[in-house]
Amino acid sequence: MIDPGLTHFLIVSAILFALGLMAILSKRNTIMVLMGVELVLNAANINLVAFSRFTELSLDGQMIGLFIIIIAAAEAAIALAIVLNVYNRFKTINLDQISLMKG
Amino acid sequence: MELTTILFYLFAIVTISAAAVMVFSKNIVHSAFALMFTLIGVAALYVLLYADFIAATQLLVYVGGILILILFGVMLTTQGRTFSFKTSTVNLTPASILSVAAALLLIYAFVQTDWKITDSGVRDETVHELGMMLMGEYVLPFIAVGVLLLIAIIGAILMSTRLSANNDGEV
Repeated sequence: MIDPGLTHFLIVSAILFALGLMAILSKRNTIMVLMGVELVLNAANINLVAFSRFTELSLDGQMIGLFIIIIAAAEAAIALAIVLNVYNRFKTINLDQISLMKG
Repeated sequence: MELTTILFYLFAIVTISAAAVMVFSKNIVHSAFALMFTLIGVAALYVLLYADFIAATQLLVYVGGILILILFGVMLTTQGRTFSFKTSTVNLTPASILSVAAALLLIYAFVQTDWKITDSGVRDETVHELGMMLMGEYVLPFIAVGVLLLIAIIGAILMSTRLSANNDGEV
């Protein structure tokens, strides 16, 4: 085992990104898709913080990561409110059965 | 071999295997709890990258906030008195081909690129510097993101109160 460098963290984030993509593409429950989005956002955040540690991006990278976390919180709140509204109207959150745009 | 190396591999394995459990589990509650372990592992990786404030924020916002919201969403949107919480999986072959291709491409690009590494050395704490930056050159995005959060909260409240008003009208 060698000491973890920049590439090690980037590979971890790449695998996390792929798993999040897998959840977004293959799941049909809206909340599972949301969890996949959170995984992708976390992968991007690991990249930014790793660059802030190992390159001359320095603390700016951590600042961008902080803003990503804040925006992810806002996104989760809004998305779950939308999911609850959809459930109230369609009585399901299966993405294949939510096919009407005009209620 | 140093302690940080062992810790890195430990937390990388925890993060990735918990994410895999989250994706491939059929039970959505198990998925939510696996997501918790993934987020904690990511916070530990932040600590290994000397980002203590980001790690604390990750624990507070993701594990304490977003995960609870997701669990509430799971509880409020399951039909009837169910004990199974199953999720259906579709497009398994194309999705796995696409995500494996994405992972291989990303890893190839990351390994092949010649990164200009400037080791900034050991950082003790980042809170003071981050605070100075937030009140200095980042003050405009800071205010903008505050307004964004306010709008998001108002929007979420508006949507859920309209939801209950609709219910009252129907019943």
